[in-house]
Formats: sequence, structure tokens, C-alpha cells
Amino acid sequence: MNAVTLNVDPYNLIITGVGGQGNVMTSRAVGNMLSQLGLHVTIGETFGASQRGGSVMSHLRISKTASWSPQIPLGGAHMIVSMEPTETLRVLKDYGHPGVRVITNTRPFYPVGVISGQLSYPKDEEIRAWITELSEKAWFLNATEQAVALGNPVLGNVIMAGALAGTGELPLERGIFEAIMTTRFSGEKLRMNMDAYDFGVAHVAG
Amino acid sequence: MTHLGHYPEGSRHLLMGNEAIVRGALEAGVRMAAGYPGTPSSEIIENLAAISKDPSLHLYVEWSVNEKVALEVASSASFAGLKTMAVMKQPGLNVAADYLLHLSGSGVRGAMVLVSADDPGALSSVNEGETRHYAKLMEIPLLEPGDFQEAKDMTRWAFELSDAIRNVVLVRTVTRLSHASGTVIMGRVPENDKQAFFKHDGFIIDPNEGVVMSPPVEYKHGEQHRKLKQAESLFENSPFNTYTGPDTPELLIITSSICSLYSREAVHMLGLESRVGILKIGTTYPLPRQLMKKHMAACDRIFFVEEVLPFLEEEVKIIAAECAADIGVKTFFGKKNGSLPMVGEMNPDKVIAALSKIMDTAMPQRDAAYAARAGAVAFGGSPHREATFCPGCPHRASFFTLNTALSMDNRNGFVCGDIGCYSMGVLPAGFSTLKTLHAMGSGTGVASGFGKLSKFGMDQPVLSVCGDSTFFHSAMPPLVNAIHNSSDMTLVVLDNSGTAMTGFQPHPGIERDAMGDTAATIDIPAVCRAMGAEVRVCDPFDLHHSRETLLELIGRKGVSVLVLKQGCALSPEKKSSRRYDMRVDETICAGESCGCNRMCTRVFACPGLVWDKEKTKARIDDVTCAGCGFCADICPRGAIVKKEVA
Repeated sequence: MNAVTLNVDPYNLIITGVGGQGNVMTSRAVGNMLSQLGLHVTIGETFGASQRGGSVMSHLRISKTASWSPQIPLGGAHMIVSMEPTETLRVLKDYGHPGVRVITNTRPFYPVGVISGQLSYPKDEEIRAWITELSEKAWFLNATEQAVALGNPVLGNVIMAGALAGTGELPLERGIFEAIMTTRFSGEKLRMNMDAYDFGVAHVAG
Repeated sequence: MTHLGHYPEGSRHLLMGNEAIVRGALEAGVRMAAGYPGTPSSEIIENLAAISKDPSLHLYVEWSVNEKVALEVASSASFAGLKTMAVMKQPGLNVAADYLLHLSGSGVRGAMVLVSADDPGALSSVNEGETRHYAKLMEIPLLEPGDFQEAKDMTRWAFELSDAIRNVVLVRTVTRLSHASGTVIMGRVPENDKQAFFKHDGFIIDPNEGVVMSPPVEYKHGEQHRKLKQAESLFENSPFNTYTGPDTPELLIITSSICSLYSREAVHMLGLESRVGILKIGTTYPLPRQLMKKHMAACDRIFFVEEVLPFLEEEVKIIAAECAADIGVKTFFGKKNGSLPMVGEMNPDKVIAALSKIMDTAMPQRDAAYAARAGAVAFGGSPHREATFCPGCPHRASFFTLNTALSMDNRNGFVCGDIGCYSMGVLPAGFSTLKTLHAMGSGTGVASGFGKLSKFGMDQPVLSVCGDSTFFHSAMPPLVNAIHNSSDMTLVVLDNSGTAMTGFQPHPGIERDAMGDTAATIDIPAVCRAMGAEVRVCDPFDLHHSRETLLELIGRKGVSVLVLKQGCALSPEKKSSRRYDMRVDETICAGESCGCNRMCTRVFACPGLVWDKEKTKARIDDVTCAGCGFCADICPRGAIVKKEVA
């Protein structure tokens, strides 16, 4: 515990995406990894019918001293991990500030209004430029595409968790992730999860 | 497999608030638990059900037909001397309230805890109803955990309290506690196994061996008050009421539940630790008078932070008024004076803003230029995500059928709504088909009344909808009512084979129960026929048959029932399996020039159907499409083609 350090306390992490993408899974995996180091972790989440196909957000508060509220104050995010590019912008609006860091999956998940042609969806280059402008540091990766290549789109969440570890912003340890995954998976599935995690780490580190 | 019941004493785990409540109940030695699903309470019974087969835990867990029955079922174990729990969301407490009034009057034998989960801000509800007032109304003690560790510890202690006072203890949680997760240190799960036996042949008013009932009322009511006083005196020294701050603060925050974390955040953000004290109350009703008096004596300015209604505020003000001669006159801030809003969910920002104003301290400001720029970018760059039905959801098909049938009928008919995913039928996702929306089962009750208004010249067809679980929960009595009173109405049962919205909990129409055992099923069409309704069953994915049947039924007098039966697209059986491969034949699709107003993408608007801007034609999104095949029937030109998956 004493060896564990945080850049700020509490460290405020937002994991965002669209209902059904696996946000809850990612935030729980990250939260568990940090909790096992003895850190106090609070994860604020909402789920239910209103989240079907809607925007979803998990707020993680990570602290050496206490449990913090499950809602991060406005403008208070240190890191945003986003499974969907326009959701990054939505979160920056409320929780961003010039010092925020961002990891974004670049694969769009179109809202119904866009599908029906009533709303337009910004271009990839535009989104990248906005995110870069509104953050101190930004990483982009097509986690969904890579996850499909690895065998299952749901691995996109694991890639993003790996990417977060790769930034070195939080004390996320590969061994702990592997131990958690080993309680749930074995054989080929375990290997796929570890490959996805390693891909995320390497993408951000490289 | 390691589970909640096996985590060793002293180990630390990241638990969801609801999981912490489960662990607390296990540490108390709970034997029976019953509830009805409802966000944000569902994971409590779900987690207990998942481990109920573990022989070391000695558990019976059930999903009851509704919350009142859950409370009745759970109480039986108490009468037989076992520790027991009932679980529900707040609107369910309204359903259970009738029995609760009698139960709180009769008292209990084995310890009994009632967990009720509120949803401030209605994040997944159609109201933000309050549990806390029930404690006062029913005259039973109320505990409010303020964090995850307390969710476990206070649930466990609630059983001890119930044991001590021999009455039901109410535990109130909220979405931001139930569905949030935090670090919890485990206590010990006892191994005792107790036999159930109901003693009933003692002297009639003997609390241990007599008749369990609320009469003789004056005597029992008196006993109930004695128990409440006993709880209050235990609360005076409760470790769940904590004070942090200076000995004589300039402002005393009195708070409870998750709002205590918002209060702490606000004091920290404004750097007011040496000037503002926080009295976090865990034992909200009845408030420990001496403790309140002691803290109020040390401070003349008091700020209440709570959600949703000003319950603490009102209770504390009563004590302050009664003790004014001793503690002096106080100035109060809270919901009543407008420091905090009277409605909606709290959050750190609302508390920070109110506190900075009360203390006349500057708030940490966001970089204004950044906030403006980020706002402008998001306004143009984050297209709104409207809530909608999933791809392949039978409700979208059912509402399309209902909507087009009512248009074809052309008598201004309407549909009374009910509670479930299909409540979204009030939105464009369900073609704005639902015109009333209230409690579970209320759609059919309201329709039963509407169906009698022909006496006053109303000639509009009257329909209601309900889901399969809602049918059993509370739509059967109003259906009986409609039939008996010769109402003219049609109930459409949207049967998607499970309590889908809250996570596929079983109900009486399903072949397994909460613990996974095979269960007897009750057949909805057969029940309706036996009641005397004209009944039809259709597949909602068969547009023409469903619509013709519906048109026939709404043309009839009397009560009719149409069961639209098709499994939820997210059900474990259906998920990631497709019945049809769909494609759009571009040679037939005429796009905007068709005259159909883009029935597929603009009107029906299933996420699996995409408007291809370049080709100006519809297209199937193969990743999203669930292959239900319904859209093939809505295209007037037959450009959407379905092919059975081999």
C-alpha cells in the first residue's frame, strides 16, 4: 500500500460509452485491480432501460485515504476512457478541463437520430481535432476493430483497460489483471483477454 | 466458485451497494428473502438467489408475484422464528404498504428487515418517491447507510435491532448507493441452522405464542410505540451517527445516505474543514433526540443535505422547536428556504454551490473559456442519443401494430400505458402510442374506467398494455374489474417471456423459479379466458395477423385480450441468434421519392436499419440487425428482403 502512489488524491476517472458496450465490465475490472492494491475505490454507475442505446458513464474515484462520492464534480475528471468518440465530447463538456487526459476508441456507434438521417455525425478527423484541443494529452485507437480481429467485439473493453494501464497514470498491474481474468476464464478465452490487454498497453506506450 | 457468502472475515472486496446489503444479511444469518424486481433494488434478491443452493447458507429465496406478497411471504419466516428479509424498490413499498401497516402493528418474532430502494432523480423510474416517510407513517425504525461499508454493516445491525425490539426495521438505500461500488471489509457469516416452527396455541395476545395480529389495537399500538422508543434510545449511541468537524462549527450540516459523501466533498472542495461540521445520520427515524440536541446546542446555523423530500429537515426542526428554551433559536438552510432544490437528485455540485453561498466563500471556478469551448464542441459534435428499443425488440413491432391499427380504425382510439421497457411507448421509439403512464397495473385499471365512459358519449376505442410480469403483478385485478363491470376495452399483453427490463427475473409464467428449480407455470391466455375475456394470441413479428386480430378485437364490445408473444431480443436464449438474414434490394428501394416518408428509417427507426446518405437508400447494418424479419413487412414496395437463416 505504501508503495502505491497517485498523482492526485482522489484520482477521478470516467469510463464512458453507449449502453450495451460493456462499460460496467470495464469499470469493475479497473476498480477491482486498484482495490486489490489496497486503494479506496468508489464506482458510480447508472443502468436501466433509459440506458438502452443511450449514453452511459461510470465515475471512478480512486484514493489512498477515503471513499469519495460516486459522482465526480463538474470539471473534475483527470482521465476519460471512452468507448465511443462522440461520447468523449459529451463527457468533456461537463467534466473536462485543460489538464484532462483522454483515451478514445475511434469506432462510432451511431445514435438512432443519425441512423434515421435526422442528425449528422461528425467526421473522424474533426472529432480527433476537438479531443486533442480539449485535452492535455489524447490517445486514439480503434479498439473495436482490433477486438473483432482478436475474435470478439466485447474485447474492446479489455483493450481500453490495457490502454489505460499503458498510460502509467494509475498503478494498474498486468499480474493483477491476469489473476482477475483467471477467476473467470481459462484456455483460449483467457489468452484472448490477455492479448487484448497487451495490445492496449502496447498501443499507448508505443 | 467463490461468492459473496464465502469471502473470508476481514477480507476487502469491491462491492456494489446491493451486494454489500446481501453480505450484511448473510452475516446476520438471514434464512429467507423475497422481493419483486425493480431498479435499483433487483441485484439484492438476484445475488441471494444465485447462491441460494449453497448448503452452508441455508437459504430460501423467491421472486414473489408482487411486493405485497413478497412482504407477506418474508414475514411468515419471521413468525416461525427465522431471520428474514423483503426487498423492493420504493413504488413497490406503496404496493406492500397495506400489509406493512398490519405487520408493524402485529410485530414480528424472528428478526425481519425490509429493504426499500429509492431512485432520486428517477434515473430508471417514472417517479422519485420517498421511502423515509413510510417509517413515520408505519411507526417503525429507519436506517440509512451512507456508504458501502455501512450498507453491509447497517443491514446486519438492522436484524439485531429487529431482534431487540421485535418489529420490522426499514433500511432505505438509493440508486447511487445500490448501483455504485466501493470497498467493503467483510465480517463473519455464521453457520447456525435453525428449525422453523410456528407457535400459535398460547394466550391470544402473547407475542411469542399467541395470534400474530394487530388487534387489540390500543394495546398493540402502545407496544409498537414502546418499541419505537426503545429503538430511539439505542440510536442515541449508534456508531452509524457520526460527527466530523470542529467542536463549535460555524455551520452544522445534517445529512444522511449518499448525500453525506456529497457533503464531505463540498466541505473539502471549499476548504471549510475547520469551519463546518458534518453530522451524518444513519438512524433517521426516530431521530435520537439527545444527540440532535447536543449537536444543535453547539451551532446556531444548520444546513440540511438530503434527497428527495425535506424529511430530516422537518424532523430536526420539530426537535429544535421543542428544545428551543435549552439550545436557542436556530437558522436553517435546506430545501425549505431554497438553498437546495426541492426535486431531483443531489450531487456534489449542487451542495458545493449552496454551501459556498451560505458560507459566503468563493467556489472553485471552471476555466470559463474551456467550458464554453467544450460546450460548443459537444453541442455540434455529440448527436443526441434518444432512448429506444433494442434491435429486434418485439415491443417496437407491437407498438407499430398498435399504432397503425388505431390509425386504420380511425376513431381516435388510445392506449393506456404501464411500467416496463414498453413505457418507452410514450416516446417516438414506440410511435408515441401510450397516452397515460402511471403505476404497475394502472394502465388496465384506467382503461377499465375509460371503457365505461360511453355513457357520457365517449366512443373512442380503449386499450391498455402490460408486460407478462406486470400482468401477474397487478393487471389481473383490474382485468377482473373490467370484465365484471362490463367495460369495453382491449388489454394487449406484451409477453416477452421474463421480467426483461430488470434482467430476466422469472415470474409465474416462467418454468423456473428464482433458485433455478422447475416451477409450475400459469398460462396468461388461459387465465384471461377463464375470467371471461375474448382472447387471441399472436406473434408480434407477424404484422398482418397481429393487426387484423387487433382490429377485430377493438371493434367488439366487452373485454378482449390480445397476447403478443415473442421473447425479448436480449434474453439469454435469443441473444446473438438470428432468425433471418435481412437485406435491402436497392433495385426496388425508391428512397425519398417512394412516397413512404422513409417508413423504415424515419418512422420505424430500428437501429438495425440505416439510411445510406450516398446512395439515398435504406441499408441493413449487419452488425446491429437482430434478424427479427419484421421490417420486411413494413416496406410498402417489398424492398426489404428476409431469408431464413439455415
